[in-house]
Amino acid sequence: MSDVAIIGIGMHPFGRHPLTGLQQGAYAVKQALADASLEWKDVQYAFGGSDAAGKADTMVADLGLTGVPFINVANGCGTGGSALISGYNAIKAGAADIAMAIGFDKHPRGAFDPIPEEWGLGKWYGDSGLMITTQFFGMKIQRYMHDYGISESTLAKVAVKAFSNASKNENAWRRKPMSEDEVLNATMLSHPLTQYMFCSPGEGAVALVLCPADKARQYTNRPVYLKAAALRSRPFGSFEVFSPWLSVERGDSPSVGAAKAAFEMAGVGPSDIQVAQVQDTESGAEIMHMAETGLCEHGAQEDMIQLGDTEIGGRLPINTDGGCLGNGEPIGASGLRQVYECVLQLRGGAGERQVPNDPQTAFTHVYGAPGISACTVLTR
Amino acid sequence: MGDDPRLIGSRFTASGVVSFPVSTTCPKSSTTEQEQVLLPREGTLWSWTIQGFLPKNPPYAGRETPLTFVPYGVGYVHLETGDGEGVLVESRLTENDPKKLKIGMPVELVLTPFTTDDDGTEVVTFAFAPTSKEVAS
Repeated sequence: MSDVAIIGIGMHPFGRHPLTGLQQGAYAVKQALADASLEWKDVQYAFGGSDAAGKADTMVADLGLTGVPFINVANGCGTGGSALISGYNAIKAGAADIAMAIGFDKHPRGAFDPIPEEWGLGKWYGDSGLMITTQFFGMKIQRYMHDYGISESTLAKVAVKAFSNASKNENAWRRKPMSEDEVLNATMLSHPLTQYMFCSPGEGAVALVLCPADKARQYTNRPVYLKAAALRSRPFGSFEVFSPWLSVERGDSPSVGAAKAAFEMAGVGPSDIQVAQVQDTESGAEIMHMAETGLCEHGAQEDMIQLGDTEIGGRLPINTDGGCLGNGEPIGASGLRQVYECVLQLRGGAGERQVPNDPQTAFTHVYGAPGISACTVLTR
Repeated sequence: MGDDPRLIGSRFTASGVVSFPVSTTCPKSSTTEQEQVLLPREGTLWSWTIQGFLPKNPPYAGRETPLTFVPYGVGYVHLETGDGEGVLVESRLTENDPKKLKIGMPVELVLTPFTTDDDGTEVVTFAFAPTSKEVAS
């Protein structure tokens, strides 16, 4: 079976825009095709989805009615990652020579109103004020800070880094740098997390063109290889959002399993990674995911972040495009945004935010409700 | 409503896993044989946060307004049911001052007024409060 290469990347800027989510998705597709010097009629398989912005396959009206098999993917926060895994498998299986993975979304301010019954929960849970995602993030990092000695200053530094990186990214949304004091003194939403430690629901779209690795140089002189793409749902004992109870026997998060599977598939280890994008729904998530994915030991984040190791130019740059904090969270698009950023970094095309010393190996990690994670490993 | 409220959970025979509330299938063993158990009233705080803003309605059924809303505590409480078994139950906390909440502190089950129904009936919910009795430190 052939390895898989990414030969084209396209993005509609994140933030708030007049275009519909579907239009942003089609825009990203056209950008990705142009990047690969291909046309829509060349695409032999497409996988796409959004959480809340419409049916991906209807964008063929805007792209061309070529009869291409286009499969809609719906997997919550793993939607983009699932589209990418589907494209990866299609190439691996020999079902296509050119495949497209698309993720897009458009959420209004304050979006995400969960209905308990849709999550398999009793109405009482929503009624009584427990069905609020921010509470989960607050409680998970509260426990983690207690167990591993992470400080509030370190929480704030994650957000400071995100906005600083986003200020160097023309496609990002929150591009105004902010000081540690401004982050710490902002409105407390869910102790210990303040307003600027949380990402906001937003908009954006990303598309990626895939082909067999041995054909990549027909289309580009700078292919990036998708060495692994793995997705996991939650194992017993993980700590997830919307949980009226947790087991006393604590276990790993789905991120642990997805990252481990991706590294095994790729044949590289976490210590080989030179740039990474990990899910930062809030500051604490980035910290915990660094360890859950194996990029560092539990508790090592305190010193790493205080010393600037995860900044661009540090030992292990993380969320170089500003992450979810800097780009907002269009659910269907975020997982592919991470891959887009890693491809740019491996190509050496990230401009002002380029990681120095010619990185060769990158990693992405997306995580979301109700406990899913998708990871990729990318190499030059 | 008695003076000694208790929460009811499921204890799955095959795994010893205790769930809250009562549920049909054990997420660890995928088995269904179970007994209902009364969970202990007293436990320890496993983690916590403070809900700092008025939740959106729906799903929230509280009738506060942004002006009348008072932040409330939320936490997971470790309730031991014996032999190393137990459950971490998510609950409101009666305490909403971050300085007075500490992981590992003893807490006890109480019923607390929550809201009123359309017909004016008072609705209570369960919550955990810092334990009133003296605890050796």
